[in-house]
Amino acid sequence: MLAFTAAGGVLILAVVLIVLALVFYLVSVILQLRKIAAGLDEVIAGVGEIVQKSAPVNDVVTTINQQLDAGVDALEGLLVKKAGMEDAVGLVDGLYAGAAEAGFRNFPESATTRAPRIAEIYTRGVLTLARLGREAPIAVANPAGPVLRNIEGGSLAARQLYPDVRHTMPEQLPRSPVIGTDAPVQYEQREDIGAPRRRMPSHAATGGQAGASNDHPGSPGAAGAEG
Amino acid sequence: MILWWIGDIVLLLVVLPIVVYLLRGVLDAASSIVPSVQEIARVAAAGSKDLDAAALLLTTQEQATRTVAGVADYGGSLDVILDDAG
Repeated sequence: MLAFTAAGGVLILAVVLIVLALVFYLVSVILQLRKIAAGLDEVIAGVGEIVQKSAPVNDVVTTINQQLDAGVDALEGLLVKKAGMEDAVGLVDGLYAGAAEAGFRNFPESATTRAPRIAEIYTRGVLTLARLGREAPIAVANPAGPVLRNIEGGSLAARQLYPDVRHTMPEQLPRSPVIGTDAPVQYEQREDIGAPRRRMPSHAATGGQAGASNDHPGSPGAAGAEG
Repeated sequence: MILWWIGDIVLLLVVLPIVVYLLRGVLDAASSIVPSVQEIARVAAAGSKDLDAAALLLTTQEQATRTVAGVADYGGSLDVILDDAG
């Protein structure tokens, strides 16, 4: 009888130990899972904010890219139209070495155009300004010809590429025209487009009233000059 | 009687250690997840804070539109001023 009681007591002790172990560890697991759930709530909140904040990014970036693509297309078209395909490719390749191989996006033939060595002959600014100045002799120079200036040490040589009136700084040099939407004079609204070109103020100062009379296309002097 | 004692010994020396071992493994696994979740929550909060500047993209979009419009105006003026090639 005592043996049965002892064996039963050991059995009860073993079961109690097992139950205590189960309770201890399962409660601990429950506490850890509650921490995990709380952490996941924070994660969901953070990810929700990320999703909310990044939602318009795709549309905005797409719109910006479309605007920039339109600008690039317009500038490429203008460059090719004004400078010609060969010079345009040479200019772009001079600004961004190796870009001539890729060519222009809207001009597939530009990829096969041989780029002249524009950047090796002129600086970037000189070439750009040369295209803006009609009378600049550099604008009609052949890129395949000899070098016009020393690209390593010649800084004043660029100024000498322009007519003398430009770099000797005359007292009355006409200001550069203001262009753009805010310009006081819109070129599209000018009535003298296509009319004979006005004389420079410096010429007007030296030429007197005869030169001034040519400023107006409809004046008798202008008519006489046209005739 | 002997079998009962053998059962008690097995219960104490085999079953109880196995139960404790398995439960401890579950607890360790659950405990190891907590720091990872807390780190993910911290990173998500930091990522959300980094995206606070995304609202400035609207300003960038407006500026890009104005810039392209200005470039187009200059391009139109240059188209009038400069002669075509060839």
